[in-house]
Amino acid sequence: MRDFARLYAELDETTSTSRKLAALQAYFRQVSPENAAWAVYFLAGGKPRQAVPTKLLRQYATEFAGLDDWLFDECYHAVGDLAETIALILPAPTGRSEVGLAEWVEQRIAPLRGAAPETIRTALHAYWNALETRERFLLTKLIGGGFRVGVSKLLVTRALAALAAVDSKLIAQRLMGWTDGRVSPTAAGFLQLIGEPHAGEHALRGGQPYPFFLAHPLQADPATLGAPADWLVEWKYDGMRAQLLRRDGQSWLWSRGEDLMTERFPELARLPLPEGTVIDGEILVWQAGEVPSPFADLQKRMGRKTVSARLMADLPVVLVAYDVLECDGVDIRHLPQHERRTLLEQLVLKVNVPILRLSPSIVADSWQALAAIRTESRARGVEGLMLKQLSSAYGVGRTKDGGTWWKWKIDPHTIDAVLIYAQAGHGRRASLYTDYTFGVWDDDPDAEGGRKLVPFAKAYSGLTDAEIAQVDALIRKTTIEKFGPVRSVRPSMVFEIGFEGIAASSRHKAGIAVRFPRILRWREDKSIGDADTLATLKGMLA
Amino acid sequence: MDDLVVVRKEGLYCVPGQFYIDPWRPVERAVITHAHADHARVGHRHYLSAAAGLPVLQARLGPVNIQGLAYGERLTHQGVTISLHPAGHVLGSAQVRIEYQGQVWVASGDYKLEADPTCAPFEAVRCDTFITESTFGLPIYRWQAQQEILDDINAWWRTNAQAGRCSVMLCYAFGKAQRILSGLDASIGPIVCHGAVQALNTVYRDCGVALPPTVMVNEVDKTALRNAIVIAPPSAAGSPWMRRFGDYSDAFASGWMLLRGARRRRGVDRGFVLSDHADWPGLMQAITATGAQRVIVTHGSTAVMVRWLRQQGLLAGGFETEYGDEETESATEADAAKQEVNDA
Repeated sequence: MRDFARLYAELDETTSTSRKLAALQAYFRQVSPENAAWAVYFLAGGKPRQAVPTKLLRQYATEFAGLDDWLFDECYHAVGDLAETIALILPAPTGRSEVGLAEWVEQRIAPLRGAAPETIRTALHAYWNALETRERFLLTKLIGGGFRVGVSKLLVTRALAALAAVDSKLIAQRLMGWTDGRVSPTAAGFLQLIGEPHAGEHALRGGQPYPFFLAHPLQADPATLGAPADWLVEWKYDGMRAQLLRRDGQSWLWSRGEDLMTERFPELARLPLPEGTVIDGEILVWQAGEVPSPFADLQKRMGRKTVSARLMADLPVVLVAYDVLECDGVDIRHLPQHERRTLLEQLVLKVNVPILRLSPSIVADSWQALAAIRTESRARGVEGLMLKQLSSAYGVGRTKDGGTWWKWKIDPHTIDAVLIYAQAGHGRRASLYTDYTFGVWDDDPDAEGGRKLVPFAKAYSGLTDAEIAQVDALIRKTTIEKFGPVRSVRPSMVFEIGFEGIAASSRHKAGIAVRFPRILRWREDKSIGDADTLATLKGMLA
Repeated sequence: MDDLVVVRKEGLYCVPGQFYIDPWRPVERAVITHAHADHARVGHRHYLSAAAGLPVLQARLGPVNIQGLAYGERLTHQGVTISLHPAGHVLGSAQVRIEYQGQVWVASGDYKLEADPTCAPFEAVRCDTFITESTFGLPIYRWQAQQEILDDINAWWRTNAQAGRCSVMLCYAFGKAQRILSGLDASIGPIVCHGAVQALNTVYRDCGVALPPTVMVNEVDKTALRNAIVIAPPSAAGSPWMRRFGDYSDAFASGWMLLRGARRRRGVDRGFVLSDHADWPGLMQAITATGAQRVIVTHGSTAVMVRWLRQQGLLAGGFETEYGDEETESATEADAAKQEVNDA
């Protein structure tokens, strides 16, 4: 735990990629394989389930520290992170634990799940009492299930590749599925991860997906990309990117976040794909008609672990196929896009079921024509266009060396809204008011002036640090009331809010829900009377 | 009996003595606890400060009408007995003791309890009412021993020096910088100071504070920077002045660096938790040592401290002040430092 805590601190402290890489390499060179295996799991984004409910963690820590609840709350508001607060308030340890990461995770943390409260209490006090501040922080994060680390999976991959002297693409491939939580990381697994490449490697993969190839946002003029004829142009759907695998008579459906979702979409798992096939596509709820349902409908499916026949009938899904990565058990990612597209067209035709659709290829002879087609995006329920170089291989992550994919999205909806509530941020923004709730005007005969502000969206990002500091100071000055960490403020600040989609919602006060809301800019030139109305917002509902 | 000290729009005001303590608007008579910009402002007609703080105050405020008072020496003004006592915050910092008709009040200014080789140690002064700061008034704030932090700083510097990389330490130019300097291991490499820091080093040395040899950046060969430590104010971060240091590692020293969020916001390689303010146990220890039955809390976690002290059975209240916190650096200070950056 001590080594991992030191590594965590080093990764957390520096913003320099080269120093992060050096810290990772030094760590992996030094620790035993069983501890390294768990470190890879956590660093690559593995999220263990919460072992102890937050309420108990907090209660036992407060008790151990001898603090009143209110004082703990004040500390928590200042710190903005529960595990960190706990680590900082506990009394100095009386012991010193030398236990390694694997033993902590497997023998000390895992048994706490579902244990009797008194057992948890005794265990936590003993654990905390043998660790110093940064180890306590890490332990509490691991127990509380909120572990995140400031390092990309790509960087972990590079560190392991250097350690193993193996190509980092192969490491990335081997890492797929490593974090989905069904198989515990082991010393043997780690040794395989960094082992020499061998011939039987492909056959051993079972349900392991390929690393997803990701697109870059197109900021330049598309004319800089050359002739449109060199590009495969498709709609950018607003669903869930997924890989559907068929191997060994079995199907697996993986999300881009490497969560296994086979059971959530049984109709896709039943798709009669030929043996040895991997398709990259997008899951969408699609009723009859030309336009897919809004993302909000897909969310209703994503949230359910057990899927009833009724739900499947009410919210039917399709897989829109973008690409084929494996054909007849052979990895074909190196083939150029146009060849893979031909194979994909043949495959979809052969499978011939309505819920597997080929992503339409959009053909136009000029970028101007494509730009015109792109303006239809909103009416078609998509986010814009995808541009895929016909010569490109299917890369790993955001690589560009084998050809590039671009996402050419439409501009977001925008609306001017008033800041009405603020909450302190977390992590880097702890103790600053950075999370805002915005309202728009709605008629209310009882209210002063015949209208009032109704909340419609929360947004966190989009301001510079300097602007955040200014807004934070204004929030403190204009606070009306505090409810725990939230402040209501006297409306005075107007912001331009951008969002991608909008749908009617009975769960939201304003009767609408927006997708990906974010602050585009602070409209210091506008007064609150100039902000938009709910009627304007509702007018955007297609 | 009436309160000896109240808040007015100009600042903390001693009613019978007709003077202000660290006022934020121009007044006739000001007692200054220490020379940080939010406590010592220009524009008052008469200044009184600890004799030990005179040189710094004069260096920062320029030619103003200042009277110095030795620590512990008593002065009577309008029937009020005034004395100044070390606060342990920075060179020349003082607590203000006010006695009138048998009642004693002490205004702490900013203070810390831990020994600091660059200034006189905090002295607990018995009083009826104690006006305390609360910059770090939450139980999360517990400082590690100073020596451990200084060891960490030297270790960081040594590692960088061995890798041929310059170390840039960002910290407040007055107080924090000299405290760090006094703990540096000069055998590691040259110590380079930014102009804003070097000016204060001179004042400190003139006051008899021992600091290791320091040079300005234009006095050192470029190759020597590879194993140097550079002490600069936070406003120098990201400025053109920093470019000359190449692939440096940067650090920030402040009590706020205890929190991950604050460290990440700074965006530096290392955050060293070194504060010139009392931590939570320090605040409690200081309050207890005064024997005061009434405590008035100013700048910082006022509401939390007041509630906590009331729970401990003390009469507690808060004063709204306009003191900032030099650990995050005040605007005026930043501007001043930027000016020096441009000059450098």
